[in-house]
Amino acid sequence: MVQSDLLTDLYVFILAAFIGFEVIRRVSPLLHTPLMSLTNALDAIAVVGAIILAGEGKSFLATILGTIAIVAATCNIVGGFLITDRMLRMFKTSRPTKS
Amino acid sequence: MNSFAGSDLLLQITYLIAAVLFILSLKLMSSPKTARQGVWAGELGMLLAIIGTLLHHGIVDYRWIAIGLVLGSIIGVPLGLVHMTAVPQRTALSHAFGALCVTLVGTSEFYLRAPNVPPFMMAVLSAEVILGSLTFTGSLMAAGKLEEVLPQRPITYKGQNFVNLSVLCLAILGAVVLILHPEQMHLFPAILGISLLFGVLMIVPIGGADMPTVMSLLNSYAGLSAAAMGFVLDSKLLIIAGALDGASGFILSVNMSKAMNRSFSNVLFGAFGQEQAAKGADGQEAKPVKSATPEEAAAILAAASKVVIVPGYGMAVAQAQHKVRELYDALTKRGVDVKFGIHPVAGRMPGHMNVLLAEADIPYDKLLDMEDVNPEFPQTDVALVIGANDVTNPAARNDPGSPIHGMPILDVDKARTVMVIKRGMSPGFAGIDNPLYYLDRTLMLFGDAKSFVGDIVRELGGGHS
Repeated sequence: MVQSDLLTDLYVFILAAFIGFEVIRRVSPLLHTPLMSLTNALDAIAVVGAIILAGEGKSFLATILGTIAIVAATCNIVGGFLITDRMLRMFKTSRPTKS
Repeated sequence: MNSFAGSDLLLQITYLIAAVLFILSLKLMSSPKTARQGVWAGELGMLLAIIGTLLHHGIVDYRWIAIGLVLGSIIGVPLGLVHMTAVPQRTALSHAFGALCVTLVGTSEFYLRAPNVPPFMMAVLSAEVILGSLTFTGSLMAAGKLEEVLPQRPITYKGQNFVNLSVLCLAILGAVVLILHPEQMHLFPAILGISLLFGVLMIVPIGGADMPTVMSLLNSYAGLSAAAMGFVLDSKLLIIAGALDGASGFILSVNMSKAMNRSFSNVLFGAFGQEQAAKGADGQEAKPVKSATPEEAAAILAAASKVVIVPGYGMAVAQAQHKVRELYDALTKRGVDVKFGIHPVAGRMPGHMNVLLAEADIPYDKLLDMEDVNPEFPQTDVALVIGANDVTNPAARNDPGSPIHGMPILDVDKARTVMVIKRGMSPGFAGIDNPLYYLDRTLMLFGDAKSFVGDIVRELGGGHS
């Protein structure tokens, strides 16, 4: 990889971390558990790397490890989004129901 | 030269849109009103990125991919449907899965590229594998402790920090040698093995009360390892997702360590759990306490105009949250103002208590965090503590000799009457005596949280049966 690519990646990482700090600081402690399961599901975007690894067929080892990696990441995507939504559906306010 | 490099503009634009959706997703999480839209934004971003990748030309064989996706979904669905009390262990398990994915991809990339790996690339590759593998075993250990298949008691020994740090340094040292001499490929499995070992050692001294901090820390590590993987694959989307997750875990870790009154560096190296055993149950002499029956408790609650309920992990263990909801209903019906005061480290992971109470249909605007509820205690008639101990211990505020001195607590002792539902007088998890129980205004309600709250509800004439 070219040196400048790495530098660009470093910029991306640092800027994204700053955005992360600013955005996540505003998340209410009420939602910290769903926040953790959501970020975990988003993290499973690593599946993209695993898909390429398993699909390129560069070596037998890479294909097998890539496939296991897909299983692990897909698990997090499906399970992570599912449980986050289940949790968030439960959060109700008392205002509309009480009159 | 690189599978991600930008030959395909359309794919790169898809990734960019996905990245924007991910950031938007977290932004929408700021309020319970918009949070579900946040999940949808995240799902959309994920779907776009995966479809985009599947159409990528580099892929020659879809069979293994299909097997992986189907198998992952089959395992993922039940993991998304677990009971709310099991959310902490599920989350720990998902950290382990995420880290496993990162480690496996890192390992493959190493063997595909070595020995022609430039130093910076080897550095991020090592970071990916070290962080990934220690998060993998660490999270499995945490999940095992939370699921109680492993002993929850912290296991500590003399020089533990030194041993742990040495093991970690060994892995880093191996990585440094590999960066300078990439042809020493046999070092790679050693680094992998040592990091896996470190993950186990890191969690061995952790007890239940430290779990929220550890969960946050593992969350952060999982994110950072994914970001490192993004560097290896030159995938900006992965770098962004990893950085967001890393930042999120970091913020939660800082919150948790503040709430436990531990220095952040202490937490960062996983070097905690030991101090707790320091001061044992030395106050064994029987000090007088006042206890009350459910009838008496119900009468006091019925006469109150403002009640704050302080739930702790004991409430979750006793599965008492639905009975607590009935109590909330019965008191609200009588015109009593009922709120919940939630300490940041109540439960086994950040925000766990809120989820359990929301599951029991308690409106979230009644759930207050520590800063919001503490000013209310002096005007509170009854503070009802259910299954919480150390987070209500006034010694943290006024006894410099206490092992938890300086830890921010819920000031329940400032309420006019304090009621504590507890099984017996045994000190809590941390083995620290709680002076709250001997106050004049404190009534001990001895019994199982679920049945005791049920009895109070029956006395109040609310609830079912």
